[in-house]
Order: sequence, then C-alpha cells, then structure tokens
Amino acid sequence: MSASFTKAIVVGASSGIGEAIAKRLSAEGASVALVARRADELARVKDGLVHRDRAFVYAHDVTRFEATADLFGRIVEDLGGLDLLVYAAGVMPKLEEGEYSFDKDRQMVEVNLLGAMAWMNPAAARFEAQRGGTIVGISSIAGERGRRGNPAYCTSKAALTTYLESLRNRVARYGVNVVTIKPGFVDTQMTRGMKGLLWLISPSQAAETSLAIAHDRGGPSVFVPARWWLVAFIIRHIPSFLFRRLNI
Amino acid sequence: MTSPTLREHAPWRVLDGYGRAVLAASRYAAPESADQLCEVVGKARKEGLSVAFRGSGRSYGDASLNGAGLVVDGTKMNRMISWDPIRGIAQMQGGLTIEGLWRRTITDGYWPHVVPGTMFPTMGGCLSMNIHGKNNFKAGPFGEHVLDFDLVTPDGELMRCSRDENTDVFHTAIGGLGLLGAITRVRLQLHKLESGFLRVDPCAVSSLGAMFDEFEKRLPHSDYLVGWVDCISGGAGLGRGEIHQANYLSGDEDPLGAAGFHTERQTLPTRILGFPKDKLWHFMRPFFNNFGVGLVNTAKMISARRNHGKPYLQSHVGFAFLLDYVPNWRLAYGDGGFIQYQVFIPAGTARLAMEDILRECQAAKLPSYLGVLKRHRPDAFVMSHAVDGYSLAMDFRVTPDNRERLWALTRRLTDRVLAAGGRFYFAKDAVLDVEQVRAAYGEERLSKFRAMKRRLDPEGVLVSDLGRRALGLA
Repeated sequence: MSASFTKAIVVGASSGIGEAIAKRLSAEGASVALVARRADELARVKDGLVHRDRAFVYAHDVTRFEATADLFGRIVEDLGGLDLLVYAAGVMPKLEEGEYSFDKDRQMVEVNLLGAMAWMNPAAARFEAQRGGTIVGISSIAGERGRRGNPAYCTSKAALTTYLESLRNRVARYGVNVVTIKPGFVDTQMTRGMKGLLWLISPSQAAETSLAIAHDRGGPSVFVPARWWLVAFIIRHIPSFLFRRLNI
Repeated sequence: MTSPTLREHAPWRVLDGYGRAVLAASRYAAPESADQLCEVVGKARKEGLSVAFRGSGRSYGDASLNGAGLVVDGTKMNRMISWDPIRGIAQMQGGLTIEGLWRRTITDGYWPHVVPGTMFPTMGGCLSMNIHGKNNFKAGPFGEHVLDFDLVTPDGELMRCSRDENTDVFHTAIGGLGLLGAITRVRLQLHKLESGFLRVDPCAVSSLGAMFDEFEKRLPHSDYLVGWVDCISGGAGLGRGEIHQANYLSGDEDPLGAAGFHTERQTLPTRILGFPKDKLWHFMRPFFNNFGVGLVNTAKMISARRNHGKPYLQSHVGFAFLLDYVPNWRLAYGDGGFIQYQVFIPAGTARLAMEDILRECQAAKLPSYLGVLKRHRPDAFVMSHAVDGYSLAMDFRVTPDNRERLWALTRRLTDRVLAAGGRFYFAKDAVLDVEQVRAAYGEERLSKFRAMKRRLDPEGVLVSDLGRRALGLA
C-alpha cells in the first residue's frame, strides 16, 4: 500500500539526509516543518524548497528534551495535522585513537537516541489515536555490530534500531508504520574527510530511497542502499575473536 | 529549583471513549488526593494547558478526552469516606465506582436509587453526566439523590454544593459534563430495600407501537421498565422486542429474607451459554454484522416469546448491570468500535419519530445492533437531557468504510429528533455539533451554563473534546 504524505516534520532538517528528505517531501507537495538547531541553516533549506509557502521553520536543540512535547504540539497545530515524522538528527564527533570522552559519548546518545525518543513518543501517541501515520528513524549500519572506531556511536544506533523495532511492534496494530532506515556511507558532513568509503551515496539518493520505503510501507528495517544488507549479514556473523582484529 | 512542568514531563496517554470510535492522545496525570488534584489543575492553568477530567472512561464518546491538553484521571481517589447504615447515606470520594458503593451498602439493605447499565462508572462521572437508570420515569436522574458534593474549581476554590448552599452551582455542575470543576466528594442518599431481589416480568411485543402501549400501561405499577428493541426487523415487526418490568419485593415476598443482601447472592453469572464470560466477546465478534445480528435478534425474539408472562426473581446486580455480563463486549465491534446514539423525544411525538428513525437506519443499511427503550421525566438540572417522554439508545458499528455514511445518517436522525422536540445525552454522544446542541437544549439553558462556566472557570481551563465539538469551547 502506498501512503502519500501531506504533513510532515523533519527533525535534523538543516543538512544531510534530513535536508534531502525535506526537499523531496516539499517537491511532492507536502507541508513540511523543518526542525534543527541552526536557524540560519534552516532558513537556507527553506529557501531551497519547492513549496516554501508550505514550510515552517523551528530552531530547536534536540537535547532540550523538556521542550520537545510542547514544540511538537505547536508544530502539529501549525501544520493542521501530521502524517509523517522523520528523525534524521545525528552526530558522530571524531574520536581519536586512544581517546575516551564521556562528553562526546553523551552527546551521541543524547542526539542520536534520546532526542529520537523525545520526538517519537508524542508522535506515536498521536498516530495511535488517529489510527495511522508514519515514523521514520534514520539509524545506521553502524548499529549492527560494536566496532572499535566509535563505541558510543555504534551503541546509540544499535539502541535506536531496537527502540524503533519495539515502537513498531507497539503501534503496528493501530495502523502506524515505523520504518528504520540503516544507511551505509552517505556523503554528509559526518563522513566528510573520510577516505575510501564503500558505496558512498549522496544524501538525495538516501532520501529518495528512504521515502520510497516509507511510501510503500516497505520492510520494517531497511538498508540503504539495499546491498548493505549483505555486508551487515557478514559482519553480524564474523566471530568475535576475529572481529576485534579487524580495523573497522 | 522549580518543579517540573506538565508540558515538559507529563506522560502521553492514548485514551478512548468507551465506544472506541473516538480516541485522543493527551498528557495524563492521576492524582491520588484532592490536594494533588488541585496542584495538577493549578499547574495546568499556569502553563496554559487545558484540562479534562476522566473517571472510569465509560462515556461512549469524547466526554473524557482532551486531545489538546491534559487528562486528569480521578480513579485513584476512590475511598468510601463514611457510610451511615441507619439513614442510608454514603459519603464518597469522586473516584469511587458504583461497584465500590453497592458492595459496601447492599449488606445493610441499601441500593443506589439510580444506577446505569454498568457498575463501573465513578461517582464523579455519574454526577457530571447526571446518569439515569431504567427507573428514570420514577426516580429521576442520579443528581436527584445527591445530598451535597464538593466541587474544586480551576483556581483551587473548594465549593460545597447542595440544595441549600451554592444552589445554582449544584443544579449546573450536576450534568455539567465535568467542565465546571472536579467532583472530589459526593454525599448520596440510598434506597432502603426490603429484599435483595426484584420480581422481573418479561413481556414480548410484536412492534414498537405495541411496546409503547405496554410501557404506558405498566408505568404506574413499575419500579423499573426497560425495552429491548430489535432494530433489524422491519415491516409489521418494526421495533419488536421485549420489555422487562421489575418491581421491588416486599420482605414477606422474599423467600431468602436478609440472606438475599449478601454479596454472594448479588453476582453475575461466570459462564454464559457455556462459555467463560471473559472469553465470550471473541465468539460474539463474528455475529457483529447486519446478518449476524439479525440471526441473534431472531433467536432473542423466540426466547422472548417463550418467556413471555413468566415472572422470575432476579438480584439487583443481575437486573441492573446487563452491560457487565460480558466483559470487554465492546471489543466485539471490531477495531473501529461503535458509537452509541441516544435520542430523547417527548411522549407525544416519540413513537412516530422513533419508527422513522428505525426505518431510516434500515434504509441506509446501517441498522443499530442494539436498541434500548426507556421512559423518562423532566428534572430541574440546567443541562438535563431528560424529557417527559422516551429515549431510544442505539449502537452503531463503525468501520473505515461506513464511518462517513454513519455520520451522515446521524445528521439526518438528529434533524428528525430536533423536529420532534427531542434532546440527546452527552455521555453517549460522539457526533453532535454546536448548532445541533443549541437546537436541542435551547439558548436559555446554554446561556445559563456558559454564565456558570465563566464564573467558575473564567480562564476556560476545563475543556474536553466533547466541550470543543458540541459546545464550541475554545
């Protein structure tokens, strides 16, 4: 069944996949609420939308959890309803070899996981009550296994994936669709400067695929591009004693 | 350090009306005392958050929903404060249920003057909706037996209301839909029984007209009177059904004597048709369609004819709480739930109007799956739904496919009821709009209610989804 979105919130809309999803939704005619920390970047994104007149901008730090529910309610009023929430906010501060930083770890858990929960709770409640709606969470293939490069990032994405699965199982019976998108490498600020990235895709490619999956109420948890499924399958089955020797 | 705000920290809760056809996600709080309730409502007021009160959630529509604000659940304030078995006066917190009340009082030989078809509504809910029973024509609504109550307004003022004190508030808050304040305490006069049983006289009738005739004939001699209406049957059998007349037994008529007051004698069956009753709704579900209900109604009519004129004794619980025989019966209507639509029509126009209503539903292929006829009399409460006439309560299954047609049907039915000088009952309502309510209740009553609302709740803190939809509250 194909769902068309008319009223959407995109959290993390100032760059990367979130920006690309917002642009695509606007091009499809949806009213879009753009949420991110940087107001100037949001203004830039809004200017680039096809239907600027149907776009609303909200500067908001997703780690201000206490403000989320109220802002959510205000946005839904401004949009006149809601049928899609996309949570695309995410951070991955660079962790040097030999560096152990609780501040960075906490930032990743707060932005990548707790921020998602703060937004998805009121959205799930609303969608359950209206017996329909779609929640899209941008997780990552990084959550498939605990890699040595960035323990907190892998943890936050693994937890987000599990949270989305639980949420899906909780609300699916009410006609609510929860989609977990697990991109591989996407050409965003997060990956800028990294060398030799496998199957690097643009944010707009990731957005197109992600929205297509959400539109079609596709598989509950999907790799983008799909071929990352094979990589994830292999990675998941590498024995631990071997995995810890790999430089990934 | 400031205390956490409701906007920031109150959990979300998806709540439904009892019919499950309307739902809302809202912030939620369940205070455990009147002081906590005052604190929560005071906080909500300061934060500009609207508040709706909820008891057991037994209103069928959106009376206890508040999609734009906070729902305050009062069911934790459920103590019996005092019970006077000599005078039959119970003093209770607003969250105590009818079940909590009768279980305490029946052994002393007292029963509430007025109970609804289920034992689970709270005192606050019964008072705010001014519920009625199968004896409304004789005992009036719940409010007529309330001696006094405490109302806490949104600014924290506690008002004691009775027929002598804050009289105008007393007559408006009873039936005030919970929109004037929280009911934190109720003092209620109960009815002294001579027996734990009623004599029930079943009577099969072949049409709605025959049911009306039988009602009028039996009214002077009945303590309770209720008619089941087959809303599927048409033609000459339009509105056929079965009447149950019940009368209190005098002490010397009761073979059990005082033993009949024991709670073990006041029970509902644990099995129905051989099925454990808590599983029965699963077996009912395949029959909840026009064809299946037609079959069931035919079987019920056959049974009614067999039982016609054969009186039997039944406990008060068994007679009063028919809706509690099958736990979770509402789930048998499926995922879309149902709406209950109850119309109150003056006696002079009721029969023709109700026949038209049944035909209109059948013509639309949206017949009610349950019809219940009751007789009513007027009362002195500002937002009274009762008229000197009859009510017909109907249950309509809601599906994604029929929802729009059903709402259109109820608009046509509402026009017919208004033309007959009728009214509606907010505890059952999910469909009326502001204009329809104005036409039903009249500007005078609504002006009185709005004036009281401005006086007790000038900032308009107390708002439910029902209040927004049917009364135009912001």
